[in-house]
This record gives sequence, structure tokens and C-alpha cells, in this order.
Amino acid sequence: MKLVVNGQPHEVDAPADMPLLWVLRDLIGLTGTKFGCGMAQCGACTVHLDGQPIRSCVMPAVAAAGKAITTIEGLSKDGTHPVQRAWQETDVVQCGYCQSGQIMSAAALLAQKPQPSDADIDTAMAGNLCRCGTYQRIRSAVHRAAELAKEGGGHVA
Amino acid sequence: MWREDMKRSDIAMHAETPSPPNPPLEREGLKGDGLERRRFLKNSALAAGGLVIACFMPVAVRRALAEGAPATKAPVSPNAFIRIAPDNSVTILLKHSEMGQGVWTSLPMVVAEELGCDWSTVRVEHAPAAPEYAHTAFGLQMTGGSTSTWESFDQLRTAGAMARTLLIAAAAAKLGVNAVECRAEKGHVVHGKRRIRYGDVADAAAKLPMPADVKLKEAKDWTIIGKPTRRLDSLAKTTGTAEFGIDVKRPDMLVAVVARAPVFGAKLRTFDATKAKAVAGVVDVVQVPSGVAVLAKHFWAAKKGRDALVLDWDEGAFASVTTASLREEYRRRAATAGTPAKVAGDVESALKAAGNVVEGVYEVPFLAHAPMEPLNCTVAIGADGCDVWTGTQFQGVDQMNVAKALGIKPEQVRIHTTFLGGGFGRRANPASDFIAEAVQVAKASKRTVKVVWTREDDIHGGYYRPMWTSRLRAALDKDGKPTAWSHTIVGQSIIEGTPFASAMIKDGIDATSVEGAADSPYLAAIPAHRVDLHSPTSPVTVLWWRSVGHSHTAFVVESFVDECAHAAKQDPLAYRRALLPKDARERRALDLAADKFGWGNPLPDGHAAGLAVHQSFDSYVAQIAEVSVADGKVRVHRVVCAIDCGPVVNPLTVEAQMQSGIAYGLSAALHGELTLKSGRIEQSNFHDYVALRLPEMPKVEVHIVPSTDKMGGCGEPGTPPIAPAVGNALFALTGKRLRSLPFRVA
Repeated sequence: MKLVVNGQPHEVDAPADMPLLWVLRDLIGLTGTKFGCGMAQCGACTVHLDGQPIRSCVMPAVAAAGKAITTIEGLSKDGTHPVQRAWQETDVVQCGYCQSGQIMSAAALLAQKPQPSDADIDTAMAGNLCRCGTYQRIRSAVHRAAELAKEGGGHVA
Repeated sequence: MWREDMKRSDIAMHAETPSPPNPPLEREGLKGDGLERRRFLKNSALAAGGLVIACFMPVAVRRALAEGAPATKAPVSPNAFIRIAPDNSVTILLKHSEMGQGVWTSLPMVVAEELGCDWSTVRVEHAPAAPEYAHTAFGLQMTGGSTSTWESFDQLRTAGAMARTLLIAAAAAKLGVNAVECRAEKGHVVHGKRRIRYGDVADAAAKLPMPADVKLKEAKDWTIIGKPTRRLDSLAKTTGTAEFGIDVKRPDMLVAVVARAPVFGAKLRTFDATKAKAVAGVVDVVQVPSGVAVLAKHFWAAKKGRDALVLDWDEGAFASVTTASLREEYRRRAATAGTPAKVAGDVESALKAAGNVVEGVYEVPFLAHAPMEPLNCTVAIGADGCDVWTGTQFQGVDQMNVAKALGIKPEQVRIHTTFLGGGFGRRANPASDFIAEAVQVAKASKRTVKVVWTREDDIHGGYYRPMWTSRLRAALDKDGKPTAWSHTIVGQSIIEGTPFASAMIKDGIDATSVEGAADSPYLAAIPAHRVDLHSPTSPVTVLWWRSVGHSHTAFVVESFVDECAHAAKQDPLAYRRALLPKDARERRALDLAADKFGWGNPLPDGHAAGLAVHQSFDSYVAQIAEVSVADGKVRVHRVVCAIDCGPVVNPLTVEAQMQSGIAYGLSAALHGELTLKSGRIEQSNFHDYVALRLPEMPKVEVHIVPSTDKMGGCGEPGTPPIAPAVGNALFALTGKRLRSLPFRVA
């Protein structure tokens, strides 16, 4: 099957039921997207499909064929996407394992709602678990990312 | 009996057979970091090619353990922590594992304070596994017990100071001036207007003899220690480039998923792999001591293959056990006196004579650690030893367990520590379960293999925080002051059956089962007291879980003290203050938290507050929680947290770890529970083993008590007080005392 990931075309030989997560990680070698639960409960595997956040652990890769897939590696070239910068400034990460998914969910939220309220953040980020409990700094960092994006001309996607 | 020195010395004497120092390792086929590290070690031995500090540290803080135990000869080995390259870059070798707690930043800060380098040039790598990196108190390379900062604080400052001294000496010689006229400044040696980069004299410095003595800076002169400093691993962890164990890829590597016993203690009779082998991508199926492993080209094929195995298990006697039957047994035991851990006076007589007796039975369930990164381990066995890539907290123990499994020497086990996607104690296993199993799979299949656990494997995989039952009774005098206190604890020992048993279990008491109860600061004011213990055994494997024994004792003791305060018709804060010794650090933490919270001030309608204070890992943490209940659900709005952990290296880390400990403890207080039915764990993934989510996170305010007292830890001490603080708030709100976790208000 043919997939376009972060703008790059890939031809992969994968069984029809293979989730996009494992195609990305084991066949294409993009390991920034993480496995946490395998049943869309934790959000560690969140990527964008045509700009929408999806849980790649339960989406068969074939369903993503022909669509634009964006992973954490494709969010920016050098870690300077407003959400990444806000995460760095706010010192959000701890173990860091869930953060690719958190950042992808936050980036999708800001693309939809450039100035999200706390309630918007609660709704958009509720599907992303963090066992280190970085939630409070995530909340601050999403607001900070909104400011950074505004300063930078409003582009977050 | 409880002894004060048991906390830090518990694992200490366990290097019964200290491994000889690693010889310089030079192997083919290693690139990048691996080769760099090996070069570094070799350089360390040869003292050439850039400055490498071989820091000879006596194991000064290692404390003698049992009376009569043979005195151990602490091997004096070089500890290598700093590499300064000719390009002026500074690399700090981290002997601890970064699992979120922030040592990747805070420990380099300690080195840099003395080294005088430019902080912006500091890079960090996990050190290899080697005796040089043994924990100064425990004698084995490991990360746990909230010890990393205090145990290496002097060692790392000394290493930094030695490096600075040598660099200054080398630069002074080059300039033809006296070293005392030179100073260090941001990676340069400065003499008058002349500046020499560290990198330019690193080679020369490496050839100088080690300074016999170095003077460390006084605290008032610190410019890095104590300053809020952002993490050095943020860029890697926000761009998906940080390498966790699950991301490791080796040449010709296969991925394996293992079918393990469905019931604790079950034995495999037979299995049929026909269907598994028919799954596209499956390469091999091998039996190992823990079950049957399916090896495939990628995870998905391995998992499908594993799920297609037909397995016939002899489930054994445990298959009839349920949580209800276990709880009944524990309650029965709790009604009888156990093995004494701490005794003073005649408790039973005092209870009989008292007019006002308070009594309660408390229960907490089995809990999985459930780190976000499922367990995994990559193994390649070669002619000269074994390479292991994984996120582990227990390199020193893992080396021994892998060596034993393969019949090789510990120094032939080369552990490449990756970032850990959470640890919480699960990745510090005395049996090295997930590592030893991967070694068995590699050995049986003769392949390089990465074993990956699914979330279900993790939740079902044992090594839980034990289930505990506590029965408490207190006699109060006419002023409400306790005159007798009886606490009987029932729960499995996490130490029994491990190599640490002889050191950590004394007179029938596993110190980790009673910590936080037998050494409760309230006991000093209670003339008759008794804390005793029943340690039933079971096939369910158990392990330390963030804050270990304190994860249950803080809940029990701090809730029960609240019960006593209520029975005495006294304010919970005033009641605790009166019981605590005047100079108790708990009081300082309580007072600061109460002040910042505004204890006693009116709260919004439908809200109530509760407090708790608890010492663990030598840090004193008080928390006040503001709660409400709506639609049968507990809502924690705000938590004010005060910590006295002694001198602070990085306040941002302390704040983060208090938030983290509170979130972890709230997950357990509000949701976490594993239950048994037919000897099986009923939960399987995050839909039924529920963890705290972002909308439930309270606003946490962290306040640090200014303190020059003994330095404690901060990875764990934030966890214990939150459950009792919330429970006490719920009592204040509803008048109903909740004595079991997770809290159910519906």
C-alpha cells in the first residue's frame, strides 16, 4: 500500500489489518509515535490524518492510504512548532513517552480553536493519558502555544 | 524491630560478590553513542584523549547493616562522570536512569556547579553499567528510593571540583603562571585578561596527577544549584527523537510477544503453535520458563501469532481465589496480633481502661504501576557476552540476573540504558523479570530479539503494589489525647523471596511493610503503642510501587489521626501539631501548607478541605486538598503542597515531582484497583484500570520550606499524603469516613 507520511511517499507491504501505528513504527521506522494501550484509550499514538487527530493504534493503515499523515517528526523540522516551543518553555515533559501524542492533540486543538478555553483544553486533551501527571503544565503550555502562534501569525498546523 | 538506620542501608550490603571493575570494552559493530561510551571508558583507564575524571570515592555513606554481618570491603573503583572534548563540549555521564524525575538535568547541575563550565554546552548520556556507577549507599547501580540527588551530591560535586582543579593547573602551566592566580569561568580558565578554553587544556589536564583534596564551594556561592533550571531532555522529548527501549532497532532483530500464565502460579502443560506459525510475518515460536514466545518481523505479526497460540495450562490451586476471599482472610488475620515491629507500654490494658476508643479497618487494593511505555527489552547474545537495550532502574541487579541465566560473568552483560517511559518501581525488579525473560527468548531462538509487552500483558503481569488491610485502635484520654495506639498490618512482603530478604527482613519484619507506620512521628507522644505485622504469602508477585510502604501507611495513619481528632472534637491541624514533637519537620511543612491554603477560611458552598502530612524518603510533605462531590464523583479542585526536602538542587524539578506524585496518588485514590476472580486479574487496560486524566487534575500549588536540614528525595514523597488529604476532606464534607481505596462516594 502507498502512504504519504510527513509529505514523503512510502510503499509498504503490510497485512490489511495492521494498524497505522505499527506501520509507522516497525515498517517505516518513525518511532516518535508511541504504543501505550492498543485500544484508543491513552492517546500516545495520536497522529494527524488530513489535519484531524486520530488514534493510530486502532486505525488500519489501509484506511490512511491517500490521506496526508502527519506524525510528531513532521510537525516541524527542528522542534519549533508553537506547541513544541511552548512545551519546552513550560518544562512540561517528564518521562516524555506520552508527549508526542499530547503535542499532536494540542496542535490539532489549536488549529481548530486558536484561543482555547480551559474547557476546550479539557475536552481535547482528555483522551491523552500521562502517568507522570504533567497535566497542569500541559494546560499552561497549551495557552502559551496559543500566544506563540498568535505572535507568529496564527499558524499552528 | 524497627531501626532508624534501616531506610537507607536496606539494600546496601547486597553486593555480596562485588563484580571486578569492567575492563575497557572495545567491540566491533557499535556506532554512535555506544562506541563513544566505550572509547570513553577506555580513555578513563588510559587517562588520555581529553580529560576524564576518574573520581575515587570511598563509599562513605554506605552504612553497616545487621550486627554481626561480615564487614564488606567496599571496592574503591573509579567513577567516571565527566568528559571534556577538544571542541570544548562537556558530556556528563549519568549513572542514574532518567524516567521522568529529572535527574538528566538536576545531576548535571550539581557537576556543573563545581566544574565551572558553560551550562549551554552541557550534554548528557546514560552511563554504561559498571561498578564505577554503583549507588553510594546501596552498592549497586540503580535508580530508586528517591535517593539519586542526595546519594550522588557530594560525589558529583567532588568530580566537578577535581576536573576544575586539573584544568586550572594545566592552563596555569601553559601560561607559565601560578594556578592560584587563575579562576574558572564558563568553560574557560581565566588569568588576568587571558582566557583558555577547557577543551584546549583537557588533554594536558588528563595527564596530571589527581588532586589529593579539593575544596567544594559553600552554599552561599552556588550559582546553579538552587536555581530554577529547565530540562535538558525537552527538545528530544518534544520532537519524537528521544529513544526509549521500545524504539530500539538492531540489525536482524525480530520482535517477540510472549504468552504468559493466565493465573498466578499456573504451569504450562502443552501448547500448539500451528496457527501461530501460519500468521504472515511469524518467524519462530519458542518455549521459555515464563511461557511461549512468538517471534516475528514486526510487533503486529508477533501479537497476532501470540494470540493464535493454543495453550493448555495447569491453573493450580490459586484458580479458586477471588478478591473477596482474600479480603476475608486478611480481615481475619488483622483481628489477631502479628509479629511486633514497634512496641512500647501495655496497649491492651490501656485500651480496656479507656472510656473513648476509636477503631477502624482500612483496606487498599493491588495496583499495577502501568507506566506509559509498556515493558520491553532488546537482547543480542554474542560470543563475548550479552548486550541488553532497555529502560531499567536496576542495572546492577540486571547484570547479575542476566549473567546467571547465561552462565557468564556480570561484566559480560553490557546494559545500554535508554530513556524510561516511566518507572514508578516497576523497572527495578529483583528478579529482572522482563529482562531475564527477553534473554531467555534470545537464548532459545538464537536471535537478536526485542520482547514487547502489550498493555494487557502489563496489567496481568504481576509485580503489583500489594493489597493491604490495617486494623487500628486508639484510646483517648479526657482531653482527646491518645494514650494507646494499636496498628495491625496485613499484606504480602515485597522483599521475601528476593535476594534482598536477608538484609531487609529482620526479626520477621520487612521494613518496607511497616515504614510510615512503625516510625510514625505521632508514636513518641503516645505512651502505649504497638505496630505489628502479618505477612501472608501468595503466588501473586508484588513489588515496590511509587513510595513503597508509604503508599498504604500514610493513607491509614493520616486518616486515623483525623478520626482521633474528630473523636476528640479538635481541629485536625491543631490536633496534629499538638502530637508532633516541637522541632518536627512535619510541623514546618504543615504550617506552611496551612498558611498558603488559608486553613480555616470559609470555602465555597459544597466544598470542604482535608489535610495530611507524611515523611517518606527523608522529605516531609504536607498537603491540603479542597474537594466537592457531584453526581457521585469526587472532584479535587485544589491541592496546596508544602515540602521540606532539605537543600534543593532544582526547584522546577521539586515542583514537577510534587505535581506528579499527587497525580499518581490521585489515580490510586480515585480509580486504581486490581481485583481477582478465579485467580485472574479482572482488569486489562486503561478502560477498566483507570488513571487520572487531564480534566481531573487539580490546581496544585507547591511551596518549598527553606531548609538546610538533611537532604531528602522528591520522586516519591509527593504521593503518600494525597489519598488521606482527600479522604479527610471527604469526611469533612459528608461526615462519612471512607476507609478503603479507591474512594467510592456513590
